[in-house]
Formats: sequence, C-alpha cells, structure tokens
Amino acid sequence: MLADALLLQLGYNATLVAIGAGLLGVASGVAGTFLFLRKRALVSDAISHATLPGVGLAFVVMVAMGGEGRSLFGLLLGAGVSAAIGLLCVHWLTRRTRLGEDAAIGAVLSVFFGFGVVMLTVIQTMNAGRQAGLEGFLLGSTAGMLRSDAILLAVSAAAVLALVLILRRPLALAAFDPGYAEATGWSLPRIDLAMMGIVLVVTVVGLKVVGLILIVALLIVPAVTARFWTERADHVVIIAGVVGGLSGYVGAAVSATAPALPTGPIVVLVGFGIFLFSLLFSPRRGVLASVLTHLRYQRRVHVRQGLLALAQGQPIYEALTQRLLTRAGLILPDGVPTAEGQAAASKALLDETRWAIVRGDQAYALAATRYDGLTPIETVLTPDQLFEIDAKISAPEVVA
Amino acid sequence: MNLTLVTDHDTDQAVRAASPLAVRGMTVSYGQTPAIFSVDMTLRTGAMTAIVGPNGAGKSTLLKAALGVITPLAGLVTVFGGAMADMRDRIAYVPQRTSVDWDFPVRVIDVVMMGMYRRLGLLGRIRGRHRALARDCLDRVGMTHFAHRQIGQLSGGQQQRVFLARALAQQADIYVLDEPFAGVDAATEKAIVAVLQGLRDAGKTVLAVHHDLATVPDYFDDVVLLNTQVVAAGPVADTFTEENLNAAYGGRLTTARADPESVAG
Repeated sequence: MLADALLLQLGYNATLVAIGAGLLGVASGVAGTFLFLRKRALVSDAISHATLPGVGLAFVVMVAMGGEGRSLFGLLLGAGVSAAIGLLCVHWLTRRTRLGEDAAIGAVLSVFFGFGVVMLTVIQTMNAGRQAGLEGFLLGSTAGMLRSDAILLAVSAAAVLALVLILRRPLALAAFDPGYAEATGWSLPRIDLAMMGIVLVVTVVGLKVVGLILIVALLIVPAVTARFWTERADHVVIIAGVVGGLSGYVGAAVSATAPALPTGPIVVLVGFGIFLFSLLFSPRRGVLASVLTHLRYQRRVHVRQGLLALAQGQPIYEALTQRLLTRAGLILPDGVPTAEGQAAASKALLDETRWAIVRGDQAYALAATRYDGLTPIETVLTPDQLFEIDAKISAPEVVA
Repeated sequence: MNLTLVTDHDTDQAVRAASPLAVRGMTVSYGQTPAIFSVDMTLRTGAMTAIVGPNGAGKSTLLKAALGVITPLAGLVTVFGGAMADMRDRIAYVPQRTSVDWDFPVRVIDVVMMGMYRRLGLLGRIRGRHRALARDCLDRVGMTHFAHRQIGQLSGGQQQRVFLARALAQQADIYVLDEPFAGVDAATEKAIVAVLQGLRDAGKTVLAVHHDLATVPDYFDDVVLLNTQVVAAGPVADTFTEENLNAAYGGRLTTARADPESVAG
C-alpha cells in the first residue's frame, strides 16, 4: 500500500497531493534556511498566524461582493496581505521601540491569531456563502486539492528557488556578519524584508496543505536537519530543500494509505523523523558522534599522560589510565612498563621536549599554533626542522 | 593628519578632497547622551592612524558611523572627496570579532570570498582568478592550511587573520579595523601589523581602533585621541604626549598604561 502511494499509484487526488506537498517541502526548506541561519526562525510563526484574519476578511469581502467566498486565490490574497501587515508590525516594533523581537513576535502572533479566530467564529454564524472548509486553513486539508492548486505550488516553489539563488550572497552575508554586510554597502533592512517576503510566499501557498500552525515546522525543521550534515551554507540550502521535499512527498504518500491520516501533521512527523535521525547519527555534529569523539579523545589524553608519567618515573594513579595502558600492552598489570611501553614513553617525552622548544621560539610561531598535547611533532615539522630543534635540546647539556 | 584649523569652506573642501577619509561634525547618540560629539577627523594617504581613548570614549562608534553602519545624528563623511555611497569599493572593513555568528556554516575560504561579493554582485560567477586571489589573501596572513576549516574551529587570533584576509580580498584603498588586536595571540598581532604596514608602504591608508597604548608609537604614524570629543589628533610624535593622554584619560591613565616611559613626546 505504501509502495503504491510512493509510486503514485493511489489515484489522481493522492498523486496531486504528493507532488504538491513535495514541491511545497522543497520551497519551504530552501526558504527557511536563511531564516534559521539568521536566527529569526520564530518570525515565521508570527507570519503564519497573521494570515488567519486575512482569510476571514477575504471571505467576508467576497461574499459581500456576491460570490460564494470560496475562491482559493482570493482567500490566499487576503492571507498574504494580512501576513504582510503582521510582518511589518514585527519589523516596526523591533526597530522603533524598545521591545525585543521575541516580545514583538509574541504580541503580533497572538493578537492577529485571536482576531482571526473571532472572524471565523462570526463567519460560522453567517447565512451567506459556503463557509465550510475555512477551518482547513488551521491544520491544512488536502482532500479537495485541485490541479490548479498543484500548479500554484509549483510556480511558487520555482519563484522561491529563483529568488534564493539570486539573493544567496547578501542573505548569507547578513546572517553571518551583519555589520560587515552594511559596511560593504548592502542594505540590511532590505535583505531582511526580501527574506521575509520569500518566507511569506511559502507560508501563504502552504496554508491549504499543512495549515498555518504547522507550516513553521516545514520552514524550520529541514534547515535544522540539514545543518547536521554540512559546514557550508550553500549545502545547507540544498540539503534542506531535499529534506523538505522528501518530508512532503513521503508524508503525503503515507497519509494517502489510510483515510483517517491527515496530510499536514504526517508531513511534519516525517520531517521530524529525518531530523531525529540526523540529530543522533550525523557523523560530525550528531549526538552519537560527539559522545564517541569525546570518549576517544579522553582515552588519547589518558594514554599520553600515562606515558609521560612512565617516562618521568612517576606513579600512575588513575584506574582508567592503568587499564588503557595495560590493554595496549604498554605496562604489566603490576604497573611495570613493558619494553614496548618504555619505547612509547620515551618517544612521548621526546615529543613533549621538542614541542616545548617550538612553543618557546618565535621562529616556529605558526607550527606552535598546532600544539594540542597529542599531535606527534614529526607530522607538523620537517626532518630538517626537527634536527635543528634536537640540536637545541642537547646544547645546554654540552655546556653543563 | 592635518592639524591646521580650517575655517574657510573652500579650503576645507580641498583638504577633504585630498584625504582618503574625512569626517566633519560627527555626532552619534544612543538615547539622549552623545557617544561621540562633533568629531572631526582627516586621514592622511599612506598613513596608519590609531583611534585611542578610554572605554566608552566612542571609538567603535566613530568607525561605524564613518562607515554608515550606524546612522549619525549629524555629520558629514567624504571618501577621497566624494560621497561614501559612491566610494564603498575603496574601503575594506574588519569588524570586531564578537559581532559575528561563529557557528555559521561557512569555511575559511568562503569567508575570504565574501570580500569579493560586492564586486561579484548578485549573480557574478566565481572564476579561477577569484579563487586565486582568495588563496593569495589567505597566504598573506599565514592561513593557507586552514582554508577548508569551518570558521568556528579556529582560535581567536586565527579568526582575526581570516577577517583581515577578507578585507585584503576587497582590494581597497582604505582599511578600517575595529580592535584588530583584541584577544589575539602575540604571533597573530605581529603578523597583522606586518600586513598592515605592508599596505601602508604600498600607499594604502589604515585606520584602526587600538586599546594598547604601549604599542601606539611602534605601530602607528598618526593618532586620534578620543573621549567623546577629539582631545588631540595628529602625528604620533607631536600628539601622543603625556599631557594629551592625561587630558583624554583623565586620572585613569596610570591604570590604563603599563609603561609611561615608552610614550613618545
């Protein structure tokens, strides 16, 4: 069943939804990346909640003009306008008052959402128009998705990708080093508004698919997930797009396998699954990797310290050090070094003596920056340099 | 640095036209207290100028206002006699290290490339010569080996070198640095000074906020002593005197400076 869904074998509507959600995922993953890197992820929460009064007002206006009030384009236009007003409120409150951005977001989000809920409640009691389905904007509803909806998603996704491609340099600069961006002549407010505009487009077109409450997850989770896999901003953008697209497509396919599974929440849960996997198993930044790296590093430090203690004839107190050295065959269980252990110990001491000279001599300043107590010195210096240093080690003895 | 009192409008225009960076009547205020008040500053081509003053004297504020990063209440800035907006390409900037997101996913070489973003524009392709320039700039600050490290994995001194390399990649005529030696190791300080002096010897102009009074005479040609207002400005030999320093630092000079004898005068 799931295989059928993934291969788009579950009928016309399911296919439309899977493609549409996939495209939305790509667009939101890409759009959300710079929001996340600029540390302004929560602004998207304000934007999405601020769409609701616009949906309600657009419905009322369209009914007043004699229509049914169900034109998706009209509703989304209303959503976009009120989200833009909410965004400008956050922008103005942050820049012109002493309120921090978090407080501005909280205020705008709750006031706009509250107003929107009132609007919807009033609309429920109206006798005109066909109001059924407006609540689908809260959590998304894909049951009645049309071909035109999918086309709208495709066009928006293409527009978002193009905009991010064009603006990638100023967006990266503003997120990494805003002061430098301004000093080199980029307008920070304009970059930020452009970024928010892109996010706004994704939010509005995503309303019908995942709903205004969950669209935030689709903007942020792919970017956060992608960050685990790379140290390059451009790669974060690409990976976030892939993760977002995958979440949308797979999520929609899964939800199509049973009538009771809502698309939006399933899409978000799939995205969360990929996030969780990355959090745990990412080779460089993942939880597992950092625990292992720490343990490996701790062992290297213990072995090194143990060897230095042996070389200087000092006792080894720590049980872990003794265990590690014994297991490596460097000491016998009673603490006496083996031949191998003695060799390793004098090598460690020689390394340390050479390093001490390197670090005390300005001529080796660049090499000295690579000292970490563990790196064998011959991996940093050439044999000629080592020869020079060894001459300095023995020199004082000659004088004495 | 020109110390002659200029009252005549035309004469001052001539002075500003000859100066790489000139500031007139600059006032910046956070709230109701001015951080800097009516500051005049005229840089000399091919000189290294230090802005020196006690904590809270407005040193960084002066730099940021001169570069247009913060909007001043009043004041005029000219770059080679022209408006800042038209002359951005001629100024390179090294911000304070603390102003940056160090966990940002960017490699050292990409940071240096950022120095070329303005010239590349939005869509300009990065070509071989751009990469070669970036590598050359890294080489000049001794950071070639670190090109592919994530920027957050570097030490403070190494990060500062990368920032300098980014400024070099701008290929500007004026280099403006905010506390370039704050929190860096001795080797890095030496390396940075050498690069800056090389720029000066090539006819470029350098302006830096500096906090270590002891090294001012060694590193710099001109000095601006700032304490909200300009206390004194001019060549180090004439300006960096016990008297002027006392005027700038008030009674705190003894704690601010380790070695009073080293002051040129």
